[in-house]
Amino acid sequence: MNENLAVIYQSFPYLIRGVIITIGLVTGALGLGFAMGIPMAVGQVYGNKYISGIISFYVWFFRGLPVLVLLFLFYFGLFSLLGFNLSAFTAAILVLGLRSAAYQSQIFRGSIQSLNEGQMLAARSIGMTKVEAIWHVILPQALRISIPGWSNEYAILLKDSAVTYAVGVMEILTRANFVATRTYRPMPIFLTCAVIFIVLTYGGVKLLDLLENKVKIPGYGEER
Amino acid sequence: MKENKKIILRVENIHKSYGKEKILKGVSFEIKKGETKVIIGPSGSGKSTLLRCINQLTIPDQGKIFLENEEVTHHKKEINQFRQKMGMVFQGFNLFDHLNALKNVEIGLVKVKKMDKKAAKEKAIEELKQVGLKKQANLYPAQLSGGQKQRVSIARALAMDPKVMLFDEPTSALDPELIGEVLEVIKKLALAGMTMVVVTHEMGFARSVANEIIFMEDGMIKDQGTPYKMFNNPEHERTRKFLYKITELYGKSEE
Amino acid sequence: METITFIREILLAPLLEGTIVTLKLIAFSIPLGLFFGILIGTGRVYGNKFVSSFCTIYTLFFRGSPLLVQLFILYYGLPSIGIFFSPFVAAVIGFSLCSCAYHSEYIRGALQSIKSGQMMAAEALGMTRFKAILYIILPQALRRAIPGCSNEIIYLIKYSSLAFIVTCVELTGAGKIIASRYFEYTLIFAVVGAIYLLIVSIVTKILNILEKKLEIPGIG
Repeated sequence: MNENLAVIYQSFPYLIRGVIITIGLVTGALGLGFAMGIPMAVGQVYGNKYISGIISFYVWFFRGLPVLVLLFLFYFGLFSLLGFNLSAFTAAILVLGLRSAAYQSQIFRGSIQSLNEGQMLAARSIGMTKVEAIWHVILPQALRISIPGWSNEYAILLKDSAVTYAVGVMEILTRANFVATRTYRPMPIFLTCAVIFIVLTYGGVKLLDLLENKVKIPGYGEER
Repeated sequence: MKENKKIILRVENIHKSYGKEKILKGVSFEIKKGETKVIIGPSGSGKSTLLRCINQLTIPDQGKIFLENEEVTHHKKEINQFRQKMGMVFQGFNLFDHLNALKNVEIGLVKVKKMDKKAAKEKAIEELKQVGLKKQANLYPAQLSGGQKQRVSIARALAMDPKVMLFDEPTSALDPELIGEVLEVIKKLALAGMTMVVVTHEMGFARSVANEIIFMEDGMIKDQGTPYKMFNNPEHERTRKFLYKITELYGKSEE
Repeated sequence: METITFIREILLAPLLEGTIVTLKLIAFSIPLGLFFGILIGTGRVYGNKFVSSFCTIYTLFFRGSPLLVQLFILYYGLPSIGIFFSPFVAAVIGFSLCSCAYHSEYIRGALQSIKSGQMMAAEALGMTRFKAILYIILPQALRRAIPGCSNEIIYLIKYSSLAFIVTCVELTGAGKIIASRYFEYTLIFAVVGAIYLLIVSIVTKILNILEKKLEIPGIG
């Protein structure tokens, strides 16, 4: 038992550097997904048939394929084909981000659609353009409603980041595997790895809960 | 005509608290075969809790329940046997939403009494006929009106051939037009000789069907007596006041 | 070499073999995951303190950590304490254990959404708790859990691709092996992707039909 603890203790710094990479992956992918997801959601709800159709196709594609397949397809395939010379880390952020955009767009779309029709009507009736209405009235509410779903997306993305092991990103699992094969002590190392992810998952979700409370609109959604 | 009928249910000194609040403060009464006792009283007097203590859906802190002289309380394992002999009808109907009317009545027979499926189906149809719902046998609870739902739930309880029926405000959740059809069924049952305890606000019903009316307040029985006595000459002023108010609200008897 | 010839002669057979492995993986993992998910979800809501705590901790672990890490523990970790699984078995066990944790959450939510009156009425008829859960509560809760559990089943089909990383050669693995040899990643994984999309579409259709068949007026 003591040797197991010792191995964990010694490899911890190395694993923690993996946490930084993982957090980088997750932040980058979530950010990309967010930046793309909102316009996509708006496009699906307020756009015309063609825009809506293209977005639906994008969502269907990126949600229908396994992460691993997307990683292989893009990193080994498309990126090389198109002449991009990206590091595994950058490629992973791009792929995870493009995929996250598909999921996030649906979260935001659901939130936007759950809003009362009257919000848009009222905004237009005081003279706002559609864009202004979306920016000043619809999105502020929709984004707040989206936090729980978004929190779920964070948890999923964090766990999916481990799959980037398959393209050589030096995140937590890759490093854990490295240590496990060198020290011949896979069980304690992989269990520690699992625990690190669990802490990151629930810690992040907790933080998002706090965020949700901070930006809460008093009395919103409660029946009188 | 007072025959020396046997005592079906005896409730002895029931106490029940929820946290710091004492809901039942020592309630006792007994009921003979064929009798109908109606329990009335303001909300919060503990009427529903008392009923649930009788079939141990709520376990009392103190006191005993006897069904046909056998003790029901403190018999954790046999409680299911006892419950088969006590039928309960809830204010919220509590029909099993995933089963149609026929299956709702059948399921106790098949799964609890382990009856043969064919015999169970026949009995279930008969019970539904008795409450006037044979045609609705294949409908699901979501497709039935409130009054129909309550009648199915009565059929469901009766199918188990209980010794005593417990009604917990059976019409309180119903729209006014639907109350009559349910009271009809309960009255018919009383006249046919079923032993029952009914918690209700329906004064007209109480006056015409009850052998005895029990007035509860603050977790205790404050007054009891025949309908005639309670409505014309109760012992306590409080009883008179309550009955007056309720009769005003719910209408006089339909005699 | 011509694309069509390539597909026909080199790609098709291994990909088909891989697809069969994928289908075998999900054929075992889906029912196992669902079954144990029902047990764990029910245990969490209706079990005593020990059962309930165990189910909670189980769910916490398997939903908080990545599936891939769990697979590594099963396939690369356990041998160090004397337990050896074949890649296929390790994958099925891993998928089942992980999937059941997610199913259990949907089931738990559904169970908690059933009105308490249902249990009261069942007990009033003389049913034991167990019978009431089996004949009254679960039939309703499972119908309510169908959307969530269907979602999880679709996820499992996609995550079955991770079996490759613990050396079980399913569809993705087959594709990777050929792709590394011929450097045709884009084409091959486009085909692989198309096959996944097809499988997911078919399963979604089946689940929709099942949901319709189980529909009861007023529930769900």
